[in-house]
Amino acid sequence: MNVQAWTFTLVGLSFALYIGVAIWSRARSTGEFYVAGAKVHPVLNGMATAADWMSAASFISMAGLISFMGRDGSVYLMGWTGGYVLLALLLAPYLRKFGKFTVPDFVGDRYYSRVARVVAVVCALFVSFTYVAGQMRGVGIVFSRFLNVDINHGVFIGMGIVFFYAVLGGMKGITYTQVAQYCVLIFAYLVPAIFISLLMTGVALPQLGFGSTLADGSGVYLLDKLDGLSRELGFHEYTSGQKGTLDVFFITAALMVGTAGLPHVIVRFYTVPKVAAARSSAGWALVFIALLYTTAPAVAAFARTNLLTTIEDVPYREAPGWFTNWELTGLIEYQDLNGDGRVQYRGPASDVANEVAIDPDIMVLANPEIARLPNWVVALVAAGALAAALSTAAGLLLVISTSIAHDLLKRTLKPDIDEKHELIAARVAAGVAVIVAGHFGIHPPGFVAQVVALAFGLAAASFFPVIILGIFTKRTNTYGAVAGMLTGIVFTGGYIVWFKGLYPELNTAEHWLLGISPEGIGTLGMVLNFIVAITVSRLTRPPPDAVQRMVEEIRVPRGAGEAHEIRA
Amino acid sequence: MSKPDRRHYWRTNLRYLSILLTIWFVVSYGFGILLVDQLDTVRIGGFKLGFWFAQQGSIYVFIVLIFVYVRLMNRLDKRFGVDESE
Repeated sequence: MNVQAWTFTLVGLSFALYIGVAIWSRARSTGEFYVAGAKVHPVLNGMATAADWMSAASFISMAGLISFMGRDGSVYLMGWTGGYVLLALLLAPYLRKFGKFTVPDFVGDRYYSRVARVVAVVCALFVSFTYVAGQMRGVGIVFSRFLNVDINHGVFIGMGIVFFYAVLGGMKGITYTQVAQYCVLIFAYLVPAIFISLLMTGVALPQLGFGSTLADGSGVYLLDKLDGLSRELGFHEYTSGQKGTLDVFFITAALMVGTAGLPHVIVRFYTVPKVAAARSSAGWALVFIALLYTTAPAVAAFARTNLLTTIEDVPYREAPGWFTNWELTGLIEYQDLNGDGRVQYRGPASDVANEVAIDPDIMVLANPEIARLPNWVVALVAAGALAAALSTAAGLLLVISTSIAHDLLKRTLKPDIDEKHELIAARVAAGVAVIVAGHFGIHPPGFVAQVVALAFGLAAASFFPVIILGIFTKRTNTYGAVAGMLTGIVFTGGYIVWFKGLYPELNTAEHWLLGISPEGIGTLGMVLNFIVAITVSRLTRPPPDAVQRMVEEIRVPRGAGEAHEIRA
Repeated sequence: MSKPDRRHYWRTNLRYLSILLTIWFVVSYGFGILLVDQLDTVRIGGFKLGFWFAQQGSIYVFIVLIFVYVRLMNRLDKRFGVDESE
């Protein structure tokens, strides 16, 4: 079978699986719709969290980015895993004990304030919409590249699938579909990585392979060879850094804290039955995430080495098939500047002009072709990328629908709404959100890439400090929390809009505050939020006794089952 | 749960947290970012040590930290009779 037939088969089979799971596990109450009835096993919840968390960006883009950034790419690896330690140790157990359904629920109750709740809802909606637009676009791109379907039709098919199981199944349907999607995506990521590791180093485990010697019998370590090749062609050494140490520090912190503050990740820990399960579930989530995240840097190093050895100084007529295939999509560009008919791929330090531009996004998708793996492996990658994009999109859509039906409608605008109507409202909100997300997927706003930094920065600078202070101090009151959140949002948002939106030409290290890039500024926003929240709280009156007792209560695990008043 | 017990339970939890989060900070921000160039002078097989911590080691330590905390807290919950096994 050719690649396209394989792709249709594997993608079709995986979609049939997701729909089957969704029908089997559809939601019948708001409790099941919002938090899967709080009955999900911690290991399964960990798997679902991993699929929820790992988006099209993790699956498709991350290894490619690392492959071009070298050691600096570590900001993503540490930043997007270290946040789970914060979640497991500082957030998940207490939020699970608190019960209820959402992050704005906690902020609203702990700070006994409608304003605080609404600020939290607005942040949650903004962060989730930013993310979901990127996912639908990812679905469209995979469809158009691998199935020769028009990109808009690809988005429609993706919308249809997500609509089906998010609207019908709610959190319960999504959770079990995500478990299936995790299995598909991790299999699709590991199989080509293991193949390539065996081919290049003779070691099956990619995590060990990229620290081993090459299989060509030269006895040279792969990373040494890669450093040598990079130097020779005028690129920076792969295993050394380019970015300033302080900037790397701040970006890593913003990604870690942002991860711990993302509403679609936090809400997953409301779905397990106990506090102890919330702790271990975060651990399992990280195990499943680490399987991909420790493989990614190996894939990056393999892909980079392959790239540098297979195209440099090759006559263009004899260039490998994948090179010309991806040229057609515009993601590889070649211009024969010196007219010698050969490909020169060089870095900025080389005295020979570079003739090739490569989009980092293609590295994972093209990797199996570059390494000449069998057709079914190439097709598997497409199915995996779709699983990653769909699972994240569904999780985000659920946060959006919960925010609207529960936080805005039930808790703020129309408190007397009954369960049946709230469930209908949640389904309608999910449906509308799918359509809006699809619209952004077909007509992507030019700023999608830029606002991802904003989503993490805002999550770090708004939610994280007020949740931590809400659990670990009793003194923090509504004035402190609202002032802190607003300071964090305005500072971080302003800084990012300034450099990414208004004055992109000034977006260089010498103009940045303390040399911190917009990607890392959320960390400073978080620190400001903490300082303002603590200071303002000290200067105003302490929270009421009932709230202080609630804080005492959430610090102790026993009684979490009863706190969840959702038996429907 | 009595008031002094509550205090004791919470203090112990905070002590666990500060120890584990110190390790969390040292392996990622310490070994992977601030001290990466110094550690890179040491090699393990094909890996420079700082590079390995930044791209592999820190993630493994993160996993261990979470499961150590799970164990410590399950034991502590039992000791103070606030576990959820009733």
